[in-house]
Amino acid sequence: MADVTNLRSPAEAGLSKLFETARQSFASETAIAREEAFRFFEATGLPSRRVEAFKYTDLRAAIAEAAPPAEAASLDAAKAAVAQAKGFSGIEAARLTFVNGHLVRELSDLDRIPAGITVVPLNDALSQGDDALTQLAPVPQARENPVYQLNTAFLADGAVIRVAPGAKPEQPIHLRFVGTGATPFSTATRVLVQLGEGAEFSLLESHEGPNGLTCQPNDALDVVVGPRAAFRHTRLNIEGDATIALSTLSLKVEAEAQVETVNLVTGAVLSRHQIYVHVAGEGTNVVVNGAAMLRRGQLADSTLLADHAAVGGVGREQFKWIIDGDATGVFQGKIIVRQAAQQTDGKMKSDCLLLTDEGQMMNKPELEIFADDVACGHGATCGAPDEDLLFYLMARGLPRATAESLLVQAFVGEAVEAVTHEGARAALIGEIEAWLKARA
Amino acid sequence: MPAVQETIDRVRSIDLDQYKYGFETTIEMEKSEKGISEDVVRFISAKKNEPAWLLEWRLDAYRRWLTMKEPEWARVAYDKVDYNNIYYYAAPKRPAAMSLDEIDPEILKTYEKLGIPLREVEVLEGIAPERRVAVDAVFDSVSVATTFKKELSKAGVIFMPISEAVQEYPELVQKYLGSVVPATDNFFATLNSAVFSDGSFVYIPPGVRCPMELSTYFRINERDTGQFERTLIIADKGSYVSYLEGCTAPKRDDNQLHAAVVELVALDDAEIKYSTVQNWYPGDNEGKGGIYNFVTKRGDCRGARSKISWTQVETGSAITWKYPSCILRGDDSRGEFYSIAVSNGMQQVDSGTKMIHLGKNTTSRIISKGISAGRSQNTYRGLVSAHRKAKGARNFTNCDSLLIGDQCGAHTVPYIESKNASAVFEHEATTSKISEEQKFYCQQRGLSEEEATALIVNGFVRDVLQQLPMEFAVEAQKLISISLEGSVG
Amino acid sequence: MLEIKNLVVQIEDNRILNGLNLTVKDGEVAAIMGPNGSGKSTLSYVIAGKEDYEVLDGEILLDGQNLLEMAADERAAAGVFLAFQYPLEIPGVGTMTFLKACLNAQRKARGEAELSTPDFIRAVNGAADKLEINKEMLKRALNVGFSGGEKKRMEILQMALLQPKFCVLDETDSGLDIDALRIVSEGVNALRGQGRSFLVITHYQRLLNHIVPDVVHVMSKGQIVKTGGKELALELEASGYAEYRTNEAA
Repeated sequence: MADVTNLRSPAEAGLSKLFETARQSFASETAIAREEAFRFFEATGLPSRRVEAFKYTDLRAAIAEAAPPAEAASLDAAKAAVAQAKGFSGIEAARLTFVNGHLVRELSDLDRIPAGITVVPLNDALSQGDDALTQLAPVPQARENPVYQLNTAFLADGAVIRVAPGAKPEQPIHLRFVGTGATPFSTATRVLVQLGEGAEFSLLESHEGPNGLTCQPNDALDVVVGPRAAFRHTRLNIEGDATIALSTLSLKVEAEAQVETVNLVTGAVLSRHQIYVHVAGEGTNVVVNGAAMLRRGQLADSTLLADHAAVGGVGREQFKWIIDGDATGVFQGKIIVRQAAQQTDGKMKSDCLLLTDEGQMMNKPELEIFADDVACGHGATCGAPDEDLLFYLMARGLPRATAESLLVQAFVGEAVEAVTHEGARAALIGEIEAWLKARA
Repeated sequence: MPAVQETIDRVRSIDLDQYKYGFETTIEMEKSEKGISEDVVRFISAKKNEPAWLLEWRLDAYRRWLTMKEPEWARVAYDKVDYNNIYYYAAPKRPAAMSLDEIDPEILKTYEKLGIPLREVEVLEGIAPERRVAVDAVFDSVSVATTFKKELSKAGVIFMPISEAVQEYPELVQKYLGSVVPATDNFFATLNSAVFSDGSFVYIPPGVRCPMELSTYFRINERDTGQFERTLIIADKGSYVSYLEGCTAPKRDDNQLHAAVVELVALDDAEIKYSTVQNWYPGDNEGKGGIYNFVTKRGDCRGARSKISWTQVETGSAITWKYPSCILRGDDSRGEFYSIAVSNGMQQVDSGTKMIHLGKNTTSRIISKGISAGRSQNTYRGLVSAHRKAKGARNFTNCDSLLIGDQCGAHTVPYIESKNASAVFEHEATTSKISEEQKFYCQQRGLSEEEATALIVNGFVRDVLQQLPMEFAVEAQKLISISLEGSVG
Repeated sequence: MLEIKNLVVQIEDNRILNGLNLTVKDGEVAAIMGPNGSGKSTLSYVIAGKEDYEVLDGEILLDGQNLLEMAADERAAAGVFLAFQYPLEIPGVGTMTFLKACLNAQRKARGEAELSTPDFIRAVNGAADKLEINKEMLKRALNVGFSGGEKKRMEILQMALLQPKFCVLDETDSGLDIDALRIVSEGVNALRGQGRSFLVITHYQRLLNHIVPDVVHVMSKGQIVKTGGKELALELEASGYAEYRTNEAA
């Protein structure tokens, strides 16, 4: 790695400069070690394909220029942008609206947060010395990740969400990320979620922004799921078509907790979604699903690490890829089962349909197992839609294009089915249908 | 999890003393000076009376090697090799033998003890003629005997030490040497290119089905000696050859380096079947001693409809770093990799394959069975890739790992890269322990726990054992049970 | 209804059908029997329009329309239905979704209005009841986890729903127990009548006890070699296929 950092790319130099400027305006706070994070980042630089974890997603090559951190938009501009926002818009939820990475209180439901949940804007939490901030980066491996470190260094806004022990609010919270503007910008947001013992909570996240603009959002979601709690998370990525989107989801899962997280990607020219799961307590059940539908020019990367450190965890990870045009799908998934994590049952799958000959799919599923009484497996498949299935459907009267769409929808649907929240599931299916319609 | 503590105790009590081939032969040897330098490279080349081009090739490799770094990406941890504390050349002092009678009787005894038939007549007795195996026996740095040469040459098959082939068939050697594994390929292959001492050379002429199995038996005997053999097999159009390779070494407290290169070339419609039973000394129970097995093996399916099949049974070595691969260049060519890797004690295995699909309608199949016991670490690492032009490429991969005891690790690191829609790749991997239900069922029918385990393990590796020539399969099965002895709790 | 003239078909250089001629009249149930490897399944796939087969010569006319010029879905809309020997499992595609999509695609191709959802559900339920198909099955993904008998009943359900003109039953009896055979046969018999013909492909006579054919054809080496009444099936059952067996028979 040493020889990689010797020559700094223009974007890396730009980031150093931007950090110099940005540090003037940082509020004085203790819990977020920005300087340390940036030093860590500077030591590694933007990861290139020489770095194993970024072998297929060369951020150093992809990010030509570092976009400056976004200023808060005017309320009028924010309102206009939110009025057009599509993600999960029909769903009843308490919304936290971020425009260009800044929380817009006027467009958020801070005063009607469901009972059992408290929400503190990140900047308030910082000035109050909120102890949630000591729980940043609940998964150790995330701290080694340059994308996550970059988020820490430039962190501009976010929220702390606490769900009281035993609370089961019916309404979800919707994190609505909207971008607007005429020049490229970067954002760095962080939301911390803590579920108390036995709590149940649904979180929706949507990310969207203008087309044609090389925006560089970098968001992080740090979640601690307390004992016997249930966390359900649905994320929709419909960013603008020139956006470079980076995200990190860290989940610490305590005893007998349940997690369901489903991510659908159709937006951004390049996206990398990193998911770290740390199974810290016994008897957990974790479902991590993802789907990406990509067309010409897009690259989407899902990188997953499921680290089982406790007995009897069940993990189900399922990723689906639809690759059209010359798009590229990247799946890197790793299951670690530590010696103490006996009776872990982990299954990971990544399946890809290549709709054209120009598309490509890179699969790297990994198992790293140190406990003997386990049942772990992974599978990866890649190919064109099955001709026999197409024939069967056509023999029943469906035109080829319809048959293909039906197969694609069913194929992707398997990953989306896991969403418990009906409205969220319907919204994802709607996005899948819209994608197919736009293709036809 | 049954009786964890008991299992741990049993595993601890295993001694790898069951290594049967750990004896040493005392024999007068001629060696190069210790360490590596241009002089040593020249010395080896001069010993072999090599032509100038080959010396230059070696020296280029040596200079290149000096600029290279030892790879660190594999999941193995070991004390770095001191490359200047190794003899790169060690050969029995007696002049080259023309017949078995001239071979040093100590060497003959060594091979007898190892059960390797060097006398053609011995092989004939009690074994059906079609089961005959021609053997090239490599003792440290040189080939000491090659059997059935005459009979093979009648069929047009060339089977001889590569050092002799350099003299007798220089044009063939020059044409193919380094054409699959270039001298600059990787740290260990480059080192091998500089200092390789001997190995086997095989050429099967067009249309010839090699009349018997060919085999090379590698033995490291001398202390502080590395073995750097180089094998080159060329199957010309429409030919077929099955080649076996076996290896053992004495028990020593020091680690010894084995850095071999194997190159296979299959032309149109040719088929090469390459089987390995690797049983280098694995080191003792505490991880002391044992062979570092850093090997580069690659086959080039250069011609249309050619086929290369690798089968390996890996039970030995302290560290294994080895990825027998296929470059599927010819249209409709096929690559296969069948592997059983057993690790016990403190062994570390990082092995797998690469299937590079370049030609149209190329197919490949990977079946890998890893068994980890003791405190060993066993990693499958593999790459399957289909390039844009590899229309209709197919791969099926199945990697299964079995863990015996809770002190070991089993890891799977596959890379699957598809660059066209007509390529169909299927990959599946599982990791599990021996099913208690199956074991109980066997025990209920009267088998001991160890027998039940052996039976289930044999079932687990069956798909791969079936790929081995029969006499090797029996040997391999025995070897697997020996390697796992005492690992059942 | 259906007229096949001099049909020559090969797959990967293997000639399977060698100038086959066959006529099925309106309302007729024709059985095709023959040894394994005689080309029966190939014939069913070629009628339905599977792409792997190379048609070298001949034509297949359905009421005068040349099927060979049509894609598989167009043939389905024209009224061709193939009950597959091995119906495919389609994970993730709900059975109801599938049925509705097929029905409406065919109606649309024929210029008919889409069926309303209540009408559709009524139609499916009616057909399902007759075939003793459990409603739970309709909620699952198509054919996924169905038994052999369940899959075959699902094929007949589709036939009943889609109301095709020309039905090809490819070894529909294989893998069926007596009860399932009865249910499936009754389902088929209920659909018999003017305006609809059947081509029943089978190796054994027993299906023909339940679905009594008007005419029996014997196929061998890719041709129809003998034609007779339903008694021909009984003769074959007694004498076997020895005289028709081909060298290629597997």
